[in-house]
Amino acid sequence: MKLLLLLAARDLRQAWQSAGLWLPVAFLLLVASLYPFAVGPDAALLRRSGGGMLWIAALLASLLPVDRLIAPDRDAGVLDQLAVRGIGDELVILARLVAHWLGFGPALMIATLPAAALLKLDGSTIGLLELGLFIGTPALAALGLLVASLTAGLRSSGALAGLLALPLAVPLLIFGAGTLGDGSGAALKFLGAASLLLVAITPFAGGAAIRAGRE
Amino acid sequence: MSDAALRLSGIACARGGRLLFRGVDLALEAGASALLRGPNGIGKSSLMRICAGLLRPVAGTIERRGQIGLADERLALDMEEPLRTALSFWARLDGADEAALDRALDAMALGPLADIPVRMLSTGQRKRAALARVIAGGAAVWLLDEPGNGLDDASLGLLGTAVADQLAGGGIVVAASHQPLPMTAPIVIELGDHLAEKAA
Repeated sequence: MKLLLLLAARDLRQAWQSAGLWLPVAFLLLVASLYPFAVGPDAALLRRSGGGMLWIAALLASLLPVDRLIAPDRDAGVLDQLAVRGIGDELVILARLVAHWLGFGPALMIATLPAAALLKLDGSTIGLLELGLFIGTPALAALGLLVASLTAGLRSSGALAGLLALPLAVPLLIFGAGTLGDGSGAALKFLGAASLLLVAITPFAGGAAIRAGRE
Repeated sequence: MSDAALRLSGIACARGGRLLFRGVDLALEAGASALLRGPNGIGKSSLMRICAGLLRPVAGTIERRGQIGLADERLALDMEEPLRTALSFWARLDGADEAALDRALDAMALGPLADIPVRMLSTGQRKRAALARVIAGGAAVWLLDEPGNGLDDASLGLLGTAVADQLAGGGIVVAASHQPLPMTAPIVIELGDHLAEKAA
């Protein structure tokens, strides 16, 4: 446990120093402020489509930091040094998942508030959006990390990461945006299930990918 | 630390579908050291990674007793952090205290550089930082890949002292180098004698 905290604290510090924490937030706000320019200032239309649009923005924002999640530490030998100390790759990925979500989930949820105001969303929609993001951002963080460990060490890994992540992200988007419509209870449960699955798989799949990449 | 051991028997290594070397045997007990020699590309670093458990040999068995400390060509220190902060992350992972880290910094004459960001360090200073991490970690088995690269004569002397201390304390040192290193009476492995073609 102490080991996990030590690793996660270092990952969070690294993310902070590389200024990677602001990028998803800025991206979400940018999209939210551009969207009304594109579809026009019709408040009813914005209110109806804005929530789903914010889910797309959150999903794409989660792909932005993918290239700094694993590859720099792999190239610098940090992952090998951890392995030499007998620390499992699964634990390393789990710590990274915790740090990545802490740096990205809450910030995205806070940024959603001004973004929702720009899109004229009403209070209950904002509440559902925040609840959905609270359940869904761990899955988005896990997905980004999973794709980052699979593509670390490959050329043009950024483009490949997007291609790999998007099919896996579709369920999150469907259930996430589904929570905003009628009968949102079932969608929330499905979102929770998809989120749990991704969070549970990522440490093992990511750890296996890093081990395979070491050979 | 006195029960440290590193035993290789019949190790063969293939990279990219090509057999690099085979039939490498080595038995090191506490206080023993080995020097891997050979020209570039013969597989010194690969053998180091096999010893560290990062690479699986295609044949042969390996037995390790004791914690491994590895210093390879990659620094694995956070570039933006001051040197001491960057090293203390690893020292805490290794369970080493502040005093051990200070001793390691002094052993590599890095004390005056403790507050300098890692990215500002020169090649030789970075190499010494990597060695300081191994010293501070207190591992029983040191694996040093080209530890003399970029070091000046004074730093080579420091390296020699650190290696001698490690051996005197019952540790094991394996170094790979294409240049002479200040080690007394190591077991020398010429990887050139274990080439796949020759051994066939």
